Amino acid sequence: MSINAKTLDKTEYFYGHKACAGCGGSLAVRIALKVLGKRSIAVLPAGCMSAVGFNFPQLCFGNNAIISTFAGTASMLTGVYAGLKAQGITDFQAVGFAGDGGTADIGLQALSGAIDRNDDILYICYDNEAYMNTGIQKSSLTPFGAKTTTTPAGKNIRGNLRQKKNMFEIAAAHDIPYAATASIGYINDFMAKVEKASKIRGTKYIHVIAPCPTGWGVASDQTVDIAKEVVDCGLWYLAEYENGSFKINRRPKEFSSVEEYIRRQGRFKHLNDEDIKVIIDSRDKKWEAIDKTYSLQ
Amino acid sequence: MAKKFLSGNEAFAEGIRLARPQVISAYPITPQTIVVERLSEMVEDKSLESEFIHVESEHSALSCAMGASAVGARAFTATSSQGLLYMAEGLYYASGGRFPIVMMNANRSTALPWNIYGDQRDSLSQLDSGWIQSYAENAQEALDMALMSYYIAEHKDVSTPYMANLDGFVLTHTYEVVDVPEREQADRFLPKFTTDNKLDLENPRNLAFSAGPDHNYIFKYKEHEGLLNAAKVIDEAEEKFADIFGRRYTGLIETYKTEDAERIIITLGSISGLVKETVNKLREKDEKVGVVRIRYMRPFPGKEIAEAVKNASHIAVLEKDISFGNEGTVYTNVNSALHRFGADVRSSDYIGGLGGKNISSADIEDIFERIKNDDTEVRFLGIGGEEN
Amino acid sequence: MRPYLREKIPSSIDEIPSATAYEAGYLVTKNSGWRNVRPVIDTATCVGCQNCYLYCPDGVISIEDGKAKIDYDFCKGCGICRTVCKPGAIRMEAEK
Repeated sequence: MSINAKTLDKTEYFYGHKACAGCGGSLAVRIALKVLGKRSIAVLPAGCMSAVGFNFPQLCFGNNAIISTFAGTASMLTGVYAGLKAQGITDFQAVGFAGDGGTADIGLQALSGAIDRNDDILYICYDNEAYMNTGIQKSSLTPFGAKTTTTPAGKNIRGNLRQKKNMFEIAAAHDIPYAATASIGYINDFMAKVEKASKIRGTKYIHVIAPCPTGWGVASDQTVDIAKEVVDCGLWYLAEYENGSFKINRRPKEFSSVEEYIRRQGRFKHLNDEDIKVIIDSRDKKWEAIDKTYSLQ
Repeated sequence: MAKKFLSGNEAFAEGIRLARPQVISAYPITPQTIVVERLSEMVEDKSLESEFIHVESEHSALSCAMGASAVGARAFTATSSQGLLYMAEGLYYASGGRFPIVMMNANRSTALPWNIYGDQRDSLSQLDSGWIQSYAENAQEALDMALMSYYIAEHKDVSTPYMANLDGFVLTHTYEVVDVPEREQADRFLPKFTTDNKLDLENPRNLAFSAGPDHNYIFKYKEHEGLLNAAKVIDEAEEKFADIFGRRYTGLIETYKTEDAERIIITLGSISGLVKETVNKLREKDEKVGVVRIRYMRPFPGKEIAEAVKNASHIAVLEKDISFGNEGTVYTNVNSALHRFGADVRSSDYIGGLGGKNISSADIEDIFERIKNDDTEVRFLGIGGEEN
Repeated sequence: MRPYLREKIPSSIDEIPSATAYEAGYLVTKNSGWRNVRPVIDTATCVGCQNCYLYCPDGVISIEDGKAKIDYDFCKGCGICRTVCKPGAIRMEAEK
C-alpha cells in the first residue's frame, strides 16, 4: 500500500523557511522529509533550499541537516553514510536535496562517483530549470527556448538554445539500483517513489520537477498546476529505472497543449509558433524513444 | 616498539593505522599515492578497521571526510599539489565547520610548468585556510606527527583540521629506520574522538549553516582562537607522547645551536637536516651559526622564533616557496613576527628547491657567507637577487 | 511537531556556538509579514480532504477535527491551497 496524505508523518521537518511564496522546491523537500521521517539526515548544497533554510539563528530543519559545498552533495552524503556505518549505525536515511545546477552541472562528478560506489544514499534533484538562487541563470537543465538572465531573449539569440540534459537517463546509465522521475504536480507519485527508494539499499536517484514561480514567470498559486501540466503535455514524464530496465508510469493517450503550457509562462513569452513547433517535435521524438525502450507500467 | 625500514609515506601510513580513522577518503596523486595504497592494504588485511572510500576527486575526498566528521567519525584524507588546490574550497569549509579532519599533504610543486617534485608552494599557498600546518623533517617525525595530529586536532579547545606536510620524494619516498609504536601504546596515547559538533540522531542538529554580519565575525573569532589554542595542545600532546613513547619533540619550532649564534637560517621540512649538517661543518671552523626549524606554520610560532633569534645579527629564511611579486611567504611571516616581538635582526630570504631543484650544502654555506655582509635581499638560489 | 518559535535569540559571544552547529528547528522570526493576501477556510465547505495540507510548500496547514487549519505565523499567502482545493472551501482575502 502506497503512502498517502492520511498515512504521511504529521511532523513538519522543513518549516519557517524563507523560500519565495509558492516555491516548488520547498514543497519537494518538505514532502520527501515527511516520507523519510525523523531518522533522515539531509545534505543540501549551496543553493535555494540551503539559503532559505539555514540562516543562523533561524534554522528550519527539524531533522538533522547540513549544508555541503556546491559540488559536494553526493560526496558529503557518502561521508555521512560511511561515518555512521563505521559507528555501527545503519537505521537512518542519508538524503540529498540539490537543485538542477547543483546536480547536472557542478555536482555531476560527485554524484557519478557515489553511484559508481553504490553508496547507500538517496539523492533527490529538485529541478526548477535554472540557477534560481543566484537570480535565474541558465543551467544544463534549462529547457530550450527559456529566457534566463544569462540567456536573454533578444533579436539575435532567442533564449536558451540547448535542450535539457536527461539526468534521469544519465543516472540510470550507471546501472543504479533505482532511479525515478517525478513532479510535484503528481505528489502521490513522488511520495511513493521516495518511499520505495528508502527501502532499496544502494544509491537511489529521484529527479523531481519543482517549478519556481519567480523564475518561470507564473503566479505563486500556479506552481502545482503547472507542474502537473508539464507532465500532461508530455514535456516531462514520470518513469522509473529498476533492475536494469526503464518503465513509464504514466503514458498520456493524448497530450494536453504544449502551446498553452508555454504561453502561460513569462520565461517563454518571446517564443513564436516556429519555436513552439521545435519544442513539440523534440517532445514527439523523445516519446518515440520512450515507447520503444520503456515498458508500460 | 618495532624497528622497520620505511619510507616517509609508509611511516605516515603506520601512524594513521595506529590512530584508527573510521573513514578514509582519498584520491591518488604523486607523490602521495603510497600512503593511500598502504592504508587500503591495511583495511584489506584488517590491521585497520575503516571505511575506505574510493572517491572520484580530491574535492570529493575532503567533502566526504567532512560528512564523516559531521557525524562524529574520525576521518582521514591525503593529497598533494594540484589535488590540494582542487580541494581548496573544502579547506576553508572544514576549518570553518571546525571538523578535526587530518590530511597528509605530500609537498609538490604546482603547475605550470608541470612538475611532480617537491617544493612547498602548494601548502604555503593555503596558510590562510584555517588548518593547523605541520612540516616533518624525517620519517620518524612523520609517523609521530600522524599519531599526534588527531590528539591535537580533536582537542575540545582546538577542533581544527590538521594538515601534515611531508616533502615530496625527499621525505615521502626516502627509506629510513623507523620505530613503529605498538597498538596498545597508541591506544593509550590517543583518546576516542568525541564531539558535540555533529549531527545526532537522538538530538537533531543543523550544521554548516549561514551566519550574517551580526554573527559571522564571532564564528571567525572563535575559529582563530581554536587555531591559536593548538599551540598549548601541541605541547600537551608532545609531553604525553614522550611519557609513553620516549621520544620528545620541541613544540612549534626546533632550535639547533642558536644560543650563541650570530647568523641563523630559519627553514622548514626535510632540508633542515642538511642545514644542521652544514652548521656542524661551519661550527668546526668556529663560525657562530645555527638553525631554527619551523615545525608548525599554523599556529605560527612568531614569539618563539623572535625569542630564538633575538641575539643574532642576521637571519636568513630558506624556503621552497615564492609569493610572486613579493617574497617567500615564510619570510613575510617571519619578518612580521620579528617586528611584532621586537627582535632587532636583519633578514634575507632565499628561495630554493622549486620544482625539486636540489639544495646543496654549498648553497647553504653560501647563504651563511652572504648574510655576513648584512645584506637584506630576496634571492633565488642559483639565479640571483633583487635588492629590497 | 515542527520547528517552532523560540524566545531566546542567541547573540552574545557566549551564546554563539564555537562551531556551525545548533539545535535543529530553531526559529526566531515569523513569515507572516510576507503576505498581502491570506487564505481563509470556509469550514462549512471544507471536507478535510487534505489536499491543501499536502501541497502547501510551507507546511502551515494541518487538519484538525476534519477541517483545515492554517498557521498564519508562517503562511506566505501563495494561494496554492486555494488552487488545489476541489470543493472551493478556501478564499484569498486581502491583508489589511
